[in-house]
Amino acid sequence: MSYWLVQILNGVSFGVLLFLLSAGLSLIFGLMRIINLAHGSFYLLGAYVGIAIMGMTGSFWLALAFAPVAVALISIVLHRFLLNHVVGNELGQVLMTFGILLIISDVSLWLWGGAPLMLEKPLVFEGSVNLAGATYPLYRLVITGAGLMAALGLWLLIERTRVGAIVRASVDDHEMVQGIGINLPLMTSLVFALGALLAGLSGVLAGPILGVYPGADFVVVLLAFAVVIIGGLGSLKGAFWGSLFVGLVDNFGKTMIPEFAMFTIFVPMAVVLAVRPTGIFGKA
Amino acid sequence: MYTRTAVNLAQLTLLVAALYIAGKLLSSYWVGLMTEALIWALFALSLDILLGHTGLPSLGHAAFFGIGAYAAAIWFLNVGQNFWVCLAVGLGAAALLALLYGLLVLRTVGVYFLMITLALAQVLWAIVFSWRSVTNGDDGIRNIGRDHIEFVGLRFGETGDYFLFVLGVFAIATIGILVVLRSPFGYSLRGIRESSARMEALGYNVWLYKLLAFLVSGTIGGLAGVLFVFDKNYVNPEAAGVVVSAEVMLMIILGGAGTLFGPIIGAFTIVFLSHGISSITERWNLIMGVIYVLVVVFAPNGVTGLFARVRQPAD
Repeated sequence: MSYWLVQILNGVSFGVLLFLLSAGLSLIFGLMRIINLAHGSFYLLGAYVGIAIMGMTGSFWLALAFAPVAVALISIVLHRFLLNHVVGNELGQVLMTFGILLIISDVSLWLWGGAPLMLEKPLVFEGSVNLAGATYPLYRLVITGAGLMAALGLWLLIERTRVGAIVRASVDDHEMVQGIGINLPLMTSLVFALGALLAGLSGVLAGPILGVYPGADFVVVLLAFAVVIIGGLGSLKGAFWGSLFVGLVDNFGKTMIPEFAMFTIFVPMAVVLAVRPTGIFGKA
Repeated sequence: MYTRTAVNLAQLTLLVAALYIAGKLLSSYWVGLMTEALIWALFALSLDILLGHTGLPSLGHAAFFGIGAYAAAIWFLNVGQNFWVCLAVGLGAAALLALLYGLLVLRTVGVYFLMITLALAQVLWAIVFSWRSVTNGDDGIRNIGRDHIEFVGLRFGETGDYFLFVLGVFAIATIGILVVLRSPFGYSLRGIRESSARMEALGYNVWLYKLLAFLVSGTIGGLAGVLFVFDKNYVNPEAAGVVVSAEVMLMIILGGAGTLFGPIIGAFTIVFLSHGISSITERWNLIMGVIYVLVVVFAPNGVTGLFARVRQPAD
């Protein structure tokens, strides 16, 4: 019983990290129709910059506060100067964002080396708690809580505010939104930066448990793709349930059939695409 | 139309003749590079059937390259070392995979097609990465030898001789692709690219045409994989990875999609460039990344596109 509880909690904590990562990917696609292969690089940068900030200041909280902001600033530059060239050109997007992925991963390798690095968690979150007879690391519970709070905040922002209404309207009809005088380019820049911020945040939060290493960007972007494919592009709800699904399935796959852990994600994804090509909550 | 095909055939003959002479003159280092470039050119041509001609942007073409290479390698080490049997096994495996994937992906178009092809290629990558007992995992399969193979006086162990064999295969396959693409079948594919709804209304079985294009493209991709594994004497999961899929796409875009020579020019450029860069600096991934970005910003229609607009519209 306690074994299953621990596994489920592990899956959920990984799932909320994936949600922070894929919410941005999904919103960016919904708003700009841009497939961003470099989205995992924002996660990677978040973790590395977080480690750098911690190295300088020794404070996890400063890392948590400023690393995502740094990533968001970088993303605004990328969006303004590069991604604007490829709106409406799918092939161009794939190649350009893949190029950006290569650049960021190689620069990170240059700056931080090839060895896996861990972020130190703050002392407050050391240790574990007792849950129905099982000891469980406190930090993972904290991540789950923080991730769920962020998800709630994002949901309120998108569903309950004027800005969110504009974002949702833009996903459905670009021209109409611009026609009533809304500054769509500014909106897209903001959403792009928000997506990068969340991805950077997930990198910092994941740092103490998953660590960061060259190639993590590839791994997480593929997982985020699996999430948005299963859940549906452009839908926050889809990203949320897709993330929990992928988080749980990945965790159970790794513990029960480690040899074929990759299958456990990609096979459901292929099935969803074959049966419902736009994802479970996606709009055509 | 007939004359244009004849012109292209003449150009192709010139290209093959030039490469033949270059193969006789240059040192084995350069000949080895040219062999690699020819294999990539063939691979790029196979993807361009989908990407440039049918309008299906696959980001998972490495799956066919990988399965061709792995099937041939696994057969070679476990069953028999006859080159032609290995070749047939590689092609057969790639064709079967193309049929299977084709059945899954052809319901989707555009972005979703990109993503599902990427996802399915990732499934194959995961298999070769995880199934250690058969594929040796990320260590890859080594000790594929070609020293014992002889064909019409060519000893494959010699770099120059294997280059000539690859050149011959490249020439035959490229002529085959050219003939197919200039046949009514090829024109139908381009019709589907421009408007699949209209082709449907005209009574074409669009799905079947796409499936056949997928089959042909995947099988030739597998051929490139078999040539690759006998060239390198080893294969690892990278051959089926997303980097390969993206790189072959870059080659096509760089050279010009939907043209005969575009993918060939793109493949030669990238292969020589990446070897040149990696011999100078360790930061070649960084430079490759910059090349990706520059190509998209400055030559979105490829280098042949820069000229084709002036002379004649690409078909």
